[in-house]
Amino acid sequence: MTDATADALRDLPARPAPTVRVRGYWGSVWNRLRYDYVTLFCLALILVIIGLAIFAPWVAPMDPYKSSMAHRLKPIGYRNYLLGTDEQGRDMLSRLLYGGRVSLTMGILPVGLATIIGGLFGVVAGYFGGAVNMVIMRTMDIFFAFPSVLLAVAISGSLGGGITNQLLTLTVVLIPPLCRVAETATSQVRNMDFVDAARSTGASTASILFTHVLINVMSPVLVYASTLVSVSIILASGLSFLGLGVSPPTADWGLMLSTLRQSIYVQPLVSAIPGIAILITSIAFNLVSDGLRQAMDVRA
Amino acid sequence: MWLYAARRIVLTIPILLGVTIICFALVQIAPGDPIQNLLSPTASAADAARLRAAYGLDQPLPVQYFIWLGKVMVGDLGMSIANNTPVTGEVLHAFMNTIVIALISVVLAFVISMIFGIIAAYRSGKLVDKAITAIAVFGISVPPFWLGVIVVIIFAVNLSWLPATGMGASGSENFSYFRWADFKFAIMPIIALALPPLGIMTRTTRSSVAEILNQDFVQTLRAKGLSEAQVIIHAVRNIMPQAVAMLGLQLGYLIGGSVLVETVFTWPGTGYLLNKAVLTRDIPLLQGTILVLATAFVLINLVVDLAQSMIDPRLKRS
Amino acid sequence: MALPVSSPQATASDPRDRGGPAQPLLIVEAMRKYFPIRAGLLNRQVAEVKAVDDVSFFVIKGETLGIVGESGCGKSTLARLLMHLIPKDQGQLVLDGDLVGEARGVLLNDLRRSLQMVFQDSSSSLNPRLPIEQSIAYGPKVQGASGKSAKAQARALMEKVGLNPNLFGQRYPHELSGGQKQRVNIARALALDPRLLILDEAVSALDKSVEAQVLNLLADLKRQLNLTYIFISHDLHVVRYISDRVLVMYLGQVVEIGPVEAIYDDPKHPYTQALLACRLSMDPEARVDAAPLAGDPPSPVSPPSGCRFHTRCPFVEEVCKAKAPALGDVLKLDPGQHLAACHMVHPGSGHSRAAASAALH
Repeated sequence: MTDATADALRDLPARPAPTVRVRGYWGSVWNRLRYDYVTLFCLALILVIIGLAIFAPWVAPMDPYKSSMAHRLKPIGYRNYLLGTDEQGRDMLSRLLYGGRVSLTMGILPVGLATIIGGLFGVVAGYFGGAVNMVIMRTMDIFFAFPSVLLAVAISGSLGGGITNQLLTLTVVLIPPLCRVAETATSQVRNMDFVDAARSTGASTASILFTHVLINVMSPVLVYASTLVSVSIILASGLSFLGLGVSPPTADWGLMLSTLRQSIYVQPLVSAIPGIAILITSIAFNLVSDGLRQAMDVRA
Repeated sequence: MWLYAARRIVLTIPILLGVTIICFALVQIAPGDPIQNLLSPTASAADAARLRAAYGLDQPLPVQYFIWLGKVMVGDLGMSIANNTPVTGEVLHAFMNTIVIALISVVLAFVISMIFGIIAAYRSGKLVDKAITAIAVFGISVPPFWLGVIVVIIFAVNLSWLPATGMGASGSENFSYFRWADFKFAIMPIIALALPPLGIMTRTTRSSVAEILNQDFVQTLRAKGLSEAQVIIHAVRNIMPQAVAMLGLQLGYLIGGSVLVETVFTWPGTGYLLNKAVLTRDIPLLQGTILVLATAFVLINLVVDLAQSMIDPRLKRS
Repeated sequence: MALPVSSPQATASDPRDRGGPAQPLLIVEAMRKYFPIRAGLLNRQVAEVKAVDDVSFFVIKGETLGIVGESGCGKSTLARLLMHLIPKDQGQLVLDGDLVGEARGVLLNDLRRSLQMVFQDSSSSLNPRLPIEQSIAYGPKVQGASGKSAKAQARALMEKVGLNPNLFGQRYPHELSGGQKQRVNIARALALDPRLLILDEAVSALDKSVEAQVLNLLADLKRQLNLTYIFISHDLHVVRYISDRVLVMYLGQVVEIGPVEAIYDDPKHPYTQALLACRLSMDPEARVDAAPLAGDPPSPVSPPSGCRFHTRCPFVEEVCKAKAPALGDVLKLDPGQHLAACHMVHPGSGHSRAAASAALH
């Protein structure tokens, strides 16, 4: 290059610096999810189901508690009973919508509570290691000695039925697996050099945990927690099925399934409806968590 | 490897102790006076006092625990409130009914899931893969007790092929899995029990076979001129230790998780017993059944770990 | 103690200087770290890995001390001990005349500011969920800077290491190349305005051309910021290029220390000789065919008796197996001096070659 061209180049008006499109971690996760139509569909479905449950009083065509001896166990499409009636002549559709409130709460709330409590124990165990880890993880191991259904029946069976006890039971059952996932993720992050780099700046443990550890532990824990929502819904409906959930007049998918079981000879299709609701919801949650796992690139 | 086995066995002891602590705690968390939970409502005050002394309920909690543990060690799980019979006998009898159908279900699910998983991984992305994945997702998402209700509707109500519930006229005493008239009663519980583990194991097999097929040594095998069938045999041999672990875990889950399915089919196993205990608030029966099932679960896991260490060459050496 | 003969830069102008130019910036005395090995039925401690075993040396202000040795010789453990990232079993650190960790001496926080480390593995040394500007600004924030001034500092440092803050500030580590990540690592280490930088295999994972750029950057920064380096590497060429003095480690111990020319031109310890013979020569005719160092180093769990190198040494004699050779008093040495822990260089040690090489320097 001659001096003349170099000068000419220097005289060119400075081009504006190229703007860098910055897409953070969540941005790139969303970008991958955007083209995953199955996951998006299931996500939309879940939002619809949740919306219907929240707005049940406005959406439901009839009073879910109004029974009628004359209209017991009517088939699907009978008069204005879109999904037929149950063994007490109550409108199935309305009960289904109301029932979603309890069933979805029992799917989501215990997972949320267990994620916070189990995640906290797991992060502490994973970060501090040593004796702290021993005490926490060996305690969790004892709970792992029970298959989840058995543990749920054991605790719920002793505590007795009712919505609070059910919530408590499910939370206790879900804490150990979440704790273990959080512990594994944390001890992996803990051994990374950037944590040592942070320690060598003289940062406090709390600061390191919040700035460097939690942010990295979050995605595997959240992905795992999302797989537990459907587990929790099925467990909750199972407990209700055994009579360990809400008390009878209240609508709940598991309880509806249990009471309608006596009627399978009369109205097999109507009796199967609450199960279909559970099945669809749980498939939707499972597929969404599969999609999330792929988008967040978390190994199983 | 012997060291590993010895260590694994030693590590099981504290877990089992922990299990007994939780089972002991079950009586404590139950609302009301523990003595009321242990006693039938018709019992007299004298009975209550006698029991209180027998259980050492006037002692501090840790002492109570050791008294109880001592009884458990010699096989005394207390008396059932409903029947006033020893819990131990009742549980062990029911346990046999549970473990047999659990075993049949899990082996059935295992064989099918291996075939499904291998085909799906091999035809990854194809229609077969999608169909198998759909079955697996269904298996994982379906509430097993509802599935029980559905198979009853189909096979018992609509088609009248199979009996809906129970263990047949002869009852569980004379039940034989080798007699068709009896075995018919077991078919539907087996289907309902097998589907969830089928879903989970199919997914696991699919992903581990797919991972193996992506590895360099598989390319080498193909380059060496091995047929695809031989390549698959190599891949399967590689996932065997993992598959055995999976099988054991699922068996454990079925033993503990059969509560609902057994209730649907009134199959007289431990699950049915648990349901009965819950309904009648028979806490000793609940406690005893759970203790036996959890212990079985722990022991199955132990056996599986030991079996895995024997067939996995990597663990064998360490 | 003697005046440093080869103090490359004058340090008198540095306001952080307390001990004067003659005071070494860092004195490491009898540092020791054993890692327990647990095994058996009850997980009892059955042995120890002697990762760092009585290591003593000092670093003069403004110099670059190279530390070389095979992988597993304890180099990285030593670096982490100096940074207080793992607790030491025994030993002392003296920073510019003040004992670290003692009540009246230098507090750990001061040490942290004076001593920073650049890590080896660029994939795990940066938080994947933090934009790099925030990674650099983290240290100053921890030390009490406001968010705004920490950010300004981070951007200034990015300029200094050759990264345009407008272009790179908001990027995440996975969007950077290996060389760029290492520049960020250096910027982060500089954010607390340290006096001594420990570079643990800081350029080892880079391509040769990028490595050269980063080495030049390190040389520039050292001049501009009045830094002192401890440069840990297994790459003998790089160490020769950047170091003023070199320390050779073998199985957790110092076997030879001296000025870079002395070590490279006239290695005294047979281990150093073997290491240097292993180097690939630029001249294809001069390349070695036979491996001068046979086999793996012995396990640091049960190091050989006497001289730890005797199992692989071509000059091994009875005295080597019986008695460990002393290095000499490294803390009293003149920085221009050359010491080796080998019976052959100690007159009267009983080794047949000892008499022939009666004195060093």
